[in-house]
Amino acid sequence: MFRDNRRLDLLFGLVLAGLLLVPWYRVRSGFFGFDWIADMAGKTDLWPGLLQPFLGRWQVAPVLVLLALTLFLRLARQPGRARGRVLILIGLAGLVWMVAEGLSIGMRGWNWGLLEAAFGEIEGQPAFGAGAVTAVLAFTLLIAFGFAERGALKGDAFILGAIALLVLLVATFVFYPILSMFTGAFQEFDGSFTAKGVLKNLPDPKIWSLSCLTGTGSCGVAWRTFFLAICTATGTTLLGLAFALVATRTRFPAKKGLRLLTVLPIITPPFVIGLALIMLLGRSGTLTQVIEGVTGLELGRWVYGLTGIWIAQMLSFTPIAFLVLIGVVEGVSPSMEEASQTMRAGRWRTFRKVSLPLMAPGLANSFLIGFIESMADFGNPLVLGGSGGVLSTEIFFAVVGAQHDPARAAVLATVLLCFTLSAFLAQRLWLSGRNYATLSGKGDGGRHAALPARVAWPVTIIVVAWGLFTLIIYTMILFGGFVKLWGLDHSLTLEHYARGFSIVWDNGIVWTGVAWNSFWTTMKIALIAAPLTAAVGLLTAWLIVRQSFPGKGAFEFALMMSFAIPGTVIGISYIMAFNLPPIQMTGTAMILIFCFVFRNMPVGVRGGVAAMAQIDGSLDEASLTLGANSARTMRRVILPLMRPAILAALVYSFVRAITSISAVIFLVSAKYNMATAYIVGLVENGEYGIAIAYSSVLILVMITVIGTFQLLVGERRLKRPEPAAKPQEMPA
Amino acid sequence: MSTQKRGAVRFESVRKEFGSFTAIPDLSLDIEPGELVTLLGPSGCGKTTTLRMLAGLETPTRGRILIGGEDVTRLPANRRDVSMVFQSYALFPHMTVAQNVAYGLESGGMKAAEARGAADKGLDLVGLSGLGKRLPSELSGGQQQRVAVARALVLEPQVLLLDEPLSNLDARLRRRVRTEIRDLQQRLGFTAVYVTHDQEEALAVSDRIVVMRDGIIEQAGSPRELYEEPVSEFIADFIGEANVLPADVLGVEGGDAQVSIGGVELTLPARGATPGPARVAARANAITVTEGGVPGLGGRIASSAYLGDHVEYEVETDTGRLFAIDTGGDTPLPAGTEVAVGFRPRGLALIS
Ligand SMILES: Nc1ncnc2c1ncn2[C@@H]1O[C@H](COP(=O)(O)OP(=O)(O)O)[C@@H](O)[C@H]1O
Ligand SMILES: [Mg+2]
Repeated sequence: MFRDNRRLDLLFGLVLAGLLLVPWYRVRSGFFGFDWIADMAGKTDLWPGLLQPFLGRWQVAPVLVLLALTLFLRLARQPGRARGRVLILIGLAGLVWMVAEGLSIGMRGWNWGLLEAAFGEIEGQPAFGAGAVTAVLAFTLLIAFGFAERGALKGDAFILGAIALLVLLVATFVFYPILSMFTGAFQEFDGSFTAKGVLKNLPDPKIWSLSCLTGTGSCGVAWRTFFLAICTATGTTLLGLAFALVATRTRFPAKKGLRLLTVLPIITPPFVIGLALIMLLGRSGTLTQVIEGVTGLELGRWVYGLTGIWIAQMLSFTPIAFLVLIGVVEGVSPSMEEASQTMRAGRWRTFRKVSLPLMAPGLANSFLIGFIESMADFGNPLVLGGSGGVLSTEIFFAVVGAQHDPARAAVLATVLLCFTLSAFLAQRLWLSGRNYATLSGKGDGGRHAALPARVAWPVTIIVVAWGLFTLIIYTMILFGGFVKLWGLDHSLTLEHYARGFSIVWDNGIVWTGVAWNSFWTTMKIALIAAPLTAAVGLLTAWLIVRQSFPGKGAFEFALMMSFAIPGTVIGISYIMAFNLPPIQMTGTAMILIFCFVFRNMPVGVRGGVAAMAQIDGSLDEASLTLGANSARTMRRVILPLMRPAILAALVYSFVRAITSISAVIFLVSAKYNMATAYIVGLVENGEYGIAIAYSSVLILVMITVIGTFQLLVGERRLKRPEPAAKPQEMPA
Repeated sequence: MSTQKRGAVRFESVRKEFGSFTAIPDLSLDIEPGELVTLLGPSGCGKTTTLRMLAGLETPTRGRILIGGEDVTRLPANRRDVSMVFQSYALFPHMTVAQNVAYGLESGGMKAAEARGAADKGLDLVGLSGLGKRLPSELSGGQQQRVAVARALVLEPQVLLLDEPLSNLDARLRRRVRTEIRDLQQRLGFTAVYVTHDQEEALAVSDRIVVMRDGIIEQAGSPRELYEEPVSEFIADFIGEANVLPADVLGVEGGDAQVSIGGVELTLPARGATPGPARVAARANAITVTEGGVPGLGGRIASSAYLGDHVEYEVETDTGRLFAIDTGGDTPLPAGTEVAVGFRPRGLALIS
């Protein structure tokens, strides 16, 4: 009762500030520059929301009326179910109205001819600014508070508010962009609707042709991408299995070293492998020259194309499959294998009849992950694509290239999305519940059966060979930055590093290197995005694991599904959604930050879910029965116990923000350029030396960050043994 | 009315569904202030669910719950005047023992220093003074359990809830801790609701036992009532492993019934029985087994087990297989021995 009113009062404080003090609309020069404070009096576009209706922008008036109505309810009505109901209705009405008016009225008046015909001309409006965003947040929270007053979820306003805000954010930054992309496919440049672009692109043989199967030409890009993904998924799964088997079931001496391999994809910007491959196998690549010198053959440009992309993806994604499959291989209960052996089955029979079938669902899972990764990969195809690209690069060239055809980009993106979502759905619906691996994992001792010799030998040889190949590739990356002109002039030089990272002392440090600008931008944006990503991800994990609310299944499913959206699709949908009012962010740092937060959320959510699963649920409940509310429980119990998970989420979202390219490349601008996008630009200009030098620097930075983190977390573990609130075996 | 008083608890037609599964169909129960009531029943019968609804951790699908006369059905856990001792203790592993005990007090708005003092008193109460600075992981299981009790008690709740508080202790410790809990409860006079699936524990600590089965209260009463006057075969079997035998009520006179069990005639309290076929619950230790041609129910030893202070027999008779305990301490009769089975009236009850 008292609380019901107090939180409304706090909300009113926020709303008043939003309506009176800050501009309702977007500030072109950037809100956080705070130049607008000086200009406010003079420019009506900068006036706060309370004054906008008096400027003829009547569309703001309903917002004010609804908020005034809320104030009346707060003063004149008692908290309770009845008032809660009205609050929910007000919140919904406010949101619906703001979405409707925001989407209908653009920069130059009505967005749709139909509305103009009905209501006549109207003055245009800029995109939503601080004031409007405050109003949207207020309406969202009003819905949550309304439900709290009605006693939903035991009247817990904190949880309800968190759910409402998350739904709002995911809707705005995941689903709205995707929707915009679909509608974008049906729009002309001037915004009018037409199916022309879609009809032209959808049946295009360049996308769908299958003539390579009959030998009469090349296949369409959709099928090429699909075949590539199948090959990469198969290859990485087999190699990953080989690595996992060697790491867990042989007496291979360098197992620790093998496991280090799993860190590589985390710290390697995705196109770097492709780059190294060019240096090795490209036209003037080292290996090419050796082979041509010995045999006298002309090898040519074979690496630029699907084969090259495939090799690069195998190098990039095998460690991921390895990581997934270590869990699978270790998850097979040793007692099953021992049981098989006591039943007179030899090692080979045990492996073939027991171990492998038990791993099958895990292998399928790894296959699907490899499939999605390959489909979504952008960096390697961009560097190695040559003439025959894949979907993700075609999307890119459809918008940035000479053709500038958003409809084509949208159609291609939709095709790509369908592929990855199908794989995702297969993974979730078909594979879930089929995982035998951990069925009887608990508490049964025993040792894993060693591999039968006829498997162990070939597998070990493959693993060693592939490991060496990977090693060579990474050596080339670290080494390439010191070579003058790869393939032509192999004299050592520091020239590339000097050009990229030189510093001059001239009354203070002057960052004269060409790389510094994008380097510091990257660091800043990654540093801002990391805590936000961790917070959103862990909050989501907490809601998913610990709270139950109607629609949770759908919420979780939608969230997980958003993880299967390829970066390229995110990139294209962000520029389509956030280029024009109501939300306009292209060219700002903000769009990069939001992109990172919602793209890297899976890291936080997965880490959070795993960490939360280890914290006994009765700890939360104990806190509640001891009189603490949800917010206090979160602060005093959950967060301290999750500290390692929080740190991990911070580090990984930071690192991923630095390495990602697929979405980023659409969103960078001259002012906010990111390291990866800058390097890709260098590659396109053929400046391999400095590109490789810059990549090595990034890799070193990330190794340092991750190493420091490992040290910190490791030491903490040494100092304080994991406390004993172990989840006990409950006799119901 | 006593349900208005501080510490009184009332469930009014409470129903709880989990999705399509009904855990508690319709439960009504009154608990007097200062009473220690045990919820007893096999695993999965809904004890924990009942307790959690009282704590505010689950919301009933239907019905009302009152604590001290106030309707708390919709009140969240943190605003209810109850506290709970969890099966796993749920001590916060990152806080010291003293911080754990002070946590609830501080949640309620008490100043840190004051809470600290109260926490020390709480630890004194359970005999753990001086251990406040330790982490829970540095205590033994029994000590952790006492911290959990202290943490709940310092809040001076109207009702203390305990969910199988002894299940993580070894058998020897259980006996001691349950006596301590009972002593504390009698000394401080709070209401307690105690969940267990162990009938011996229930008999030892309770003022009243509520036996549940599939979410329904099968019988509620004092330990003695339950033991001596079980209303059903389920209760008879659950409280102290009784044999249930077919019998004939030959006649009823005053409060007594003349009963024949396989030809052996006895006088038992009638408890509303009418002449005709009936059933009798017979405790294992009320069944005597004698070798040779003594009058009684004829039978044959099917198996015997020597357990130190007593011998357990399974006896095959015409009315079925019986489980008997002989505390006489003689040499056990070997399997196959022909015996006569007799009954001691003290451990027999007619059931409906
Ligand atoms: N959160 C839940 N969701 C679904 N079913 C539940 C849940 N909690 C308990 N149940 C079911 O309700 C029944 C009673 O459970 P519980 O009260 O824990 O039994 P117990 O008497 O052993 O403590 C069980 O069948 C259990 O499976
Ligand atoms: Mg239970």
